[in-house]
Amino acid sequence: MTTVPDGLDRRFRDAAASAGLLDVAYDFTDSPVGRLLVAASERGVCRISFDPEPERELDELARTFGARVLRSPRPVEDVRRELDEYFEGARREFDLAVDLTPLPAFQRSVLEELVLVPYGGVDTYGGLAQRIGKPRAARAVGGALNRNPIPIVVPCHRIVGASGSLVGYAGGLERKQALLGLEGALLV
Amino acid sequence: MMEAVAAIPPFERFYDERKDEIFGYLARLLGREAAEDAFQETFLRALRAYAKLEHGRHLRAWAFTIATRVAVDVRRTATPVAEPEDIPVHDERPPYAELEHLAGELPPTERAAVVLRYGYDLSYDDIGAALGSSAEAARAAASSGVRRLRRKEIA
Repeated sequence: MTTVPDGLDRRFRDAAASAGLLDVAYDFTDSPVGRLLVAASERGVCRISFDPEPERELDELARTFGARVLRSPRPVEDVRRELDEYFEGARREFDLAVDLTPLPAFQRSVLEELVLVPYGGVDTYGGLAQRIGKPRAARAVGGALNRNPIPIVVPCHRIVGASGSLVGYAGGLERKQALLGLEGALLV
Repeated sequence: MMEAVAAIPPFERFYDERKDEIFGYLARLLGREAAEDAFQETFLRALRAYAKLEHGRHLRAWAFTIATRVAVDVRRTATPVAEPEDIPVHDERPPYAELEHLAGELPPTERAAVVLRYGYDLSYDDIGAALGSSAEAARAAASSGVRRLRRKEIA
């Protein structure tokens, strides 16, 4: 069986991206909170996954953004670099466009507000609900955060319970704790 | 939840499943060096058409169709064709395996028909589609190719 040489495979993946033929480009990156899948559409970062299961991720990306999903490192180079800098403590804000277009309006408004919670700070579910003008929607805010497709960059780890307890995190509480610890926001 | 049987797979999966076979096919038709460019062109064309696919049936034959067209284009425009790669053929078709080293001298259409039929076991319907003709024309091209190869072998 003939196999495609690595160099040729890489050239094709680059060419596909630079010809603008992809709905989504993705790659994997290692981080202190484990291996991550990072994906970007033409509009910006559209997915960061903890413990990625590639097959399931591919199906989901294809369903959401279109079938032309290809592993291609170049379009997500910036995302990987900024994540590295963040985990080294050298970056406090991400200069990345994010693609929230496939999300329902409510969830989008929650995540757009969330981006304003600064590095090193925290807010509560109720506080965030208030800020989007829906003070009674703390629970729905929790649901919207739980399904955040772009954790870390869209910092849902900065939202905690009214009593200061961590409450929950789709990536697991240990990760939430690690991220808040890194940012120096860890409440005891 | 059950996915529809003929759902269009994410391109990554299609590419990953087809890339080695298509590269091998192009190397048989064009030689290894020319196969590299043709490989990239084949999958770029596939990507361009991918968003317009209506279902995921026959994707293997579809990939061979695109590769065949790219190879025919390359051979039309290129001057002397590189020596095709000598790939061991380990299938149960000795008549063709013995002839394969000669296939490089066939006209492009016959060569593609012979390789697709005996090297990759595609149906004449699929080969006809790949060649932009019919199943009958594909059958005729393959058998004419094989006859020509037999004559060469004897000669």
